[in-house]
Amino acid sequence: MTPAELEDLRGLALRVREHILRMTADGGCFVGASLSCADLIVYLYSRFLRISPGHLTDPQRDYLLLSKGHDVPALYATCAELGFFDVARLRRHLQPGDDLYWHPNRRIPGVEFHSGSLGHLLSVGIGVAYDARLSGHPSRVVVLLGDGELDEGSVWEALLVAQAQRLGNLVLVVDRNGVQANMRTEELTPLEPLAAKFGAFGCLARTVDGHDFTALDAVFRGAPFAADAPSVVIARTVRGKGVPSLEDRVDRWFCAFTAAEVEELVHELHGRSPAELVTAPLAVR
Amino acid sequence: MDYATALGNLAAADERMVVLTAENRVPVRGLPERLGARFVDVGIAEQTLVGMSAGLALRGRIPVAHALAAFLTMRAFEFIRTDVGLPGLPVKLVGYVPGVLSTANGPTHQALEDVALMRGIPGLRVFCPADVEDLVLGLDAVVADAAPWYIRYVDRPAPIRHSAFEIGRAEVVRMGTDVALLVAGALLREASDAATRLAATGLSVRLVNMRTLRPIDEECVVTTAQTARLIVTVEDHFRTGGLYSTVAEILARRRLRTPLDAVCLEDRWFAPALLDRVLDNERLSGSHIASRVTAAMERTDVH
Repeated sequence: MTPAELEDLRGLALRVREHILRMTADGGCFVGASLSCADLIVYLYSRFLRISPGHLTDPQRDYLLLSKGHDVPALYATCAELGFFDVARLRRHLQPGDDLYWHPNRRIPGVEFHSGSLGHLLSVGIGVAYDARLSGHPSRVVVLLGDGELDEGSVWEALLVAQAQRLGNLVLVVDRNGVQANMRTEELTPLEPLAAKFGAFGCLARTVDGHDFTALDAVFRGAPFAADAPSVVIARTVRGKGVPSLEDRVDRWFCAFTAAEVEELVHELHGRSPAELVTAPLAVR
Repeated sequence: MDYATALGNLAAADERMVVLTAENRVPVRGLPERLGARFVDVGIAEQTLVGMSAGLALRGRIPVAHALAAFLTMRAFEFIRTDVGLPGLPVKLVGYVPGVLSTANGPTHQALEDVALMRGIPGLRVFCPADVEDLVLGLDAVVADAAPWYIRYVDRPAPIRHSAFEIGRAEVVRMGTDVALLVAGALLREASDAATRLAATGLSVRLVNMRTLRPIDEECVVTTAQTARLIVTVEDHFRTGGLYSTVAEILARRRLRTPLDAVCLEDRWFAPALLDRVLDNERLSGSHIASRVTAAMERTDVH
């Protein structure tokens, strides 16, 4: 990756984060998870996935299935920025007559399948990956999972099947921000040693800094890691990444901010304001 | 023709079809050899079976997924509702040993609420064939239909010679005006026997094989209600949510006051036993149904 390409990615990620923050106004969104996976989604769409606005129905395209659906603002913003739909549409988040709501649905260009109920899209992804192989298509299927989502037994059930079917075109990406809805994962139902768990399920697992584009590029250039087994990328991330007053906070899951607070957060994102938002009123679902 | 042969023939003629099972191999014997990679056994994993089927359908395939009815419709219920029903994908779900057909397995295996659950999902269609011949007659149309379907698998031999199948069209087996037996599923044999017994007592008996409960042949139900003095629904399902409920909903909506009774499994699981004993214990044999209908007629005529 050239320095110019790296700067492009960083610029795109910054714009995506600003869109996410603006979606916390007028009803709010799951801002913490959206910010933690923003770099992952920006990286995957920019550098890894063979998907583009002109090829949204091409059966040979790659697929991203957002299994942890509540981080969809990051996907909306990335798809809009990359031309899948008009950026202006993001202002219609939660507005009547549009389909941009708190969880993904297929009416949004770039969204492959709806989600929101956790633990579903790995099994759906297995079906997509199985058919791609059956059809002789080069499609790779990336399933983005939350770490809290790994509490769901259906993820591990599906992983057994993915391994049994030797789906080498399937790549799991775990947004390992260490926090589930209201708790730190390791304080509720510990997941570690996570890479070893995936290894024991027959997957090739690699761990990476999910905010470091150079590191992500090094890992994903080698993905999938095997022809006959699912690959897993455990991306270590920070909930609320990019906005210091939101970072790594258990209580910054779903947030609804006022318009003035959003402006403060946007300034904070761009590093221009020392805003004191720690005590800002929050609507927590 | 048996079900596996019929399904294999359909799949052999249509590359889009993929046959899946959650290690429920009995209804799909011979298909691994016939279909190769278009046969998938996911193991004992009903949720993955359904999710994977949704993914296959998303890619343009027509998945036909098999599992025991109780585990398919209950353990994987939310996957059916969310991944198949909500997007309306053409996944065909085949529930094995539903109703009384779980025989001696016990309550864990008794799917007596499967129709209620499946017909509660918007857009999901329900086929309750009476026997294996009925199942095979309907299979082509159900697989070709663009909607998701739940098929209540049955392997009992046919008690009657069936007419051609059409989605949403009931099969009138016998015409009559005193009492009408509307049947969903595997008890057609016993209902048919009951109809013969009742006719021998001088009653004019109408017997209908409903076939699909969603869409149901509403005009047939209405015609029945307008011509019969009593309707008795017959099904191996709880009273709640199956054929009885469906017919009651139609009568209420169409402002029809025809008396309606049910031969069904009441609000409890049945004692596990071989099929003949289950039918006898639960008063679902032909002679039991006939005497229950006679008693219902007497109650109806008093009022």
